[in-house]
Amino acid sequence: MSTQRFAGWGQVMWSHGRLHEVDSVDEIRNILSSTGSRGAIARGMGRSYGDAAQNSGGDVISLLEANGALSGFDTTSDADIQSGESISLDTDTGRVMVEANVVLEDLLRICIPLGWFVPVTPGTRFVSIGGAIAADIHGKNHHCDGSFGSHILSMRVLLSTGDIVDLDPQNNSTWFWATIGGMGLTGIILRAVIQLIPISSHNIDVTTQRVSNVEELMNIMGDQSSDDTYRYSVAWVDIMASGDHLGRGVLTRGNHAQGEPTRDALLYEPNVRLTIPKYIPNSVLSSISVKAFNSLWYKKAPKTEQQSAESISSFFHPLDGVKNWNRVYGSRGFIQYQVVVPLVQRDVITDIVKRFNASGVPSFLAVLKRMGPSNEAPLSFPIEGWTLTVDVPANHNGLALLLSTLDELVVSVGGRHYLAKDAHVSPNSFERGYPRLNEWRGVAREMDPNGVWISDLSRRLNLRK
Amino acid sequence: MKNGMGIPGTIVLFGGTSEIGRETVLSLLAPGVENLVLVSRDVEAASQKDEDFLALVQNLNIFHITFDGADAISMPEVVAEIVAEVGDIDIAIIAHAILGEDVDGYDNPNGVSQVINLNMTATVTLLYALASQMRTQGHGRIALFSSVAGERVRKGNAVYGSSKAGVDSFALALDHDLDGTGVSVVVIRPGFVPTKMTRNMEPAPFATTANAVGVDSAKAIMGKAKIVWSPKIMRPLFIILRHLPTQLWRRVSS
Repeated sequence: MSTQRFAGWGQVMWSHGRLHEVDSVDEIRNILSSTGSRGAIARGMGRSYGDAAQNSGGDVISLLEANGALSGFDTTSDADIQSGESISLDTDTGRVMVEANVVLEDLLRICIPLGWFVPVTPGTRFVSIGGAIAADIHGKNHHCDGSFGSHILSMRVLLSTGDIVDLDPQNNSTWFWATIGGMGLTGIILRAVIQLIPISSHNIDVTTQRVSNVEELMNIMGDQSSDDTYRYSVAWVDIMASGDHLGRGVLTRGNHAQGEPTRDALLYEPNVRLTIPKYIPNSVLSSISVKAFNSLWYKKAPKTEQQSAESISSFFHPLDGVKNWNRVYGSRGFIQYQVVVPLVQRDVITDIVKRFNASGVPSFLAVLKRMGPSNEAPLSFPIEGWTLTVDVPANHNGLALLLSTLDELVVSVGGRHYLAKDAHVSPNSFERGYPRLNEWRGVAREMDPNGVWISDLSRRLNLRK
Repeated sequence: MKNGMGIPGTIVLFGGTSEIGRETVLSLLAPGVENLVLVSRDVEAASQKDEDFLALVQNLNIFHITFDGADAISMPEVVAEIVAEVGDIDIAIIAHAILGEDVDGYDNPNGVSQVINLNMTATVTLLYALASQMRTQGHGRIALFSSVAGERVRKGNAVYGSSKAGVDSFALALDHDLDGTGVSVVVIRPGFVPTKMTRNMEPAPFATTANAVGVDSAKAIMGKAKIVWSPKIMRPLFIILRHLPTQLWRRVSS
């Protein structure tokens, strides 16, 4: 057992914890029986941006080495699916039983050639299934398909008492939904059964167009009669353009290509093309260089709608092509600010873009998306509305004041912050964004009466209380 | 917990009436700070101007805790009381000290031991208590106000100066001991600062202000420095003074 420094993908809030790389459930039980007042938390791929998967002064449990050990220890309630393997796919129904430590990329490598695709993918394929459930991740199809948790048929969870429970939305829905989006604070997810979606091609038919400002973007994406005909819809926003071009962007929308599901059509070969070196001077991302980059990126996009075919990896996971892209912000790291506000509050989105723009924050990654209705999970982030995501260097001058001003705008109109991204929100602002927080706290207490599950995030935001 | 911008959730100031300590807190306060704990001998005096802090962070929770800065044995309890109130301590600032200017060392053993007890013995046990808590937390930063007076101790200020020399040395060794734990100590060595503590002293060259020391200290606390001189000129100045031949030092220092 070693002590190690942990941070999230944003490379901020480093903290020291005891890392346990376990390869069996009994090993986890041993750790739980001796964990002290600082508690324990599971860690997957470390792709949450903030402090969700670390536990300062406490135990951090990594299941990444536990291949095949998480599901093969008990008879399964899913009799038609074999247990004992990391991934077991029923090719007739598209139901897959997958261990929580399986990385999305590995699941995709198996299911795409067989004509199945994950119901929801985030912007990276390097997340674990456990993490995807715990954060209730969403993707470009949220307006059509909802978030990851909405496609979980059942899951198996290890409680802090050492007991194992099988949860599904029919039989124990409160525990099930408290675990979806529960940030690992109800138990360790061991495996899940997920309903995949059928595809006949590895290609996405993509329509790309550039849009001259954020208002226009929201007009186009907000027209549900046309936007809903695209399963996937998202806009990159140039947060540094101002005036008439405030929040101009490139809108990409698409659907899975149709056709004969041949071997070639279902080929999946993701790769990494570029690596960001370890040491990047903090000065590389100046507002001038980022402004120039954003301008080029915008002008590269077609003026009017243009059709193209893109592979799954280039459409869904373009940044995965750049290894360690999170280093580009330098040693101080970055914050990915993501909020959602109700549809009718779109003016707040414009206001946020305006304020980021006025602050001169150098950001090349800003994303706008219309989200569909929320699910039943009390801590699930998505609500029907507009979500804006903006990367900002953590050492930008005046950032603390700017973000706290934006937070107030957001929560005062019924908006909220995304825990998987958060690195700054105040406990009060968080609580105002999640009216069902106390309900969730009650369920979490039922599932973990001794408060064993603790992360830096839960400590910072007083989630368990 | 600190947030992604490095802003501490909880700041604790030992010596709630210390002007330098309060200026340091004012420089540290930013949106994101949740709790401020002022630990003082005279809680009533320390709570006179809470509005100074609230002006910077509207929803700040301010806690006042009383302690006896000379009671070395009580320090673990004091720290435990703070933790029971606010949880993890992100930043602890140790700013309480006494000058003992009226103490005639030849004829006042009580006065002498008070200065040494508070500035040295009880500060060492406080440093240990904080370090122990922060090791358990896995994170934390301690700022200790030392003084240039401890860099080369002069007659007339020998008790205070040597108590600062002692605690300064201890804190640096403690920081070494904490290597790799996520916990660190920064020693701040201000030059002459006109405050209520020094009101009867002759101002020394390069005198600075509590505000300027506060700004320098806050910057050092947010960064990784181990030793900070304020103003900066104190460092080269004391490199020279420290190495002056004894006879010369005696002449310039008296």
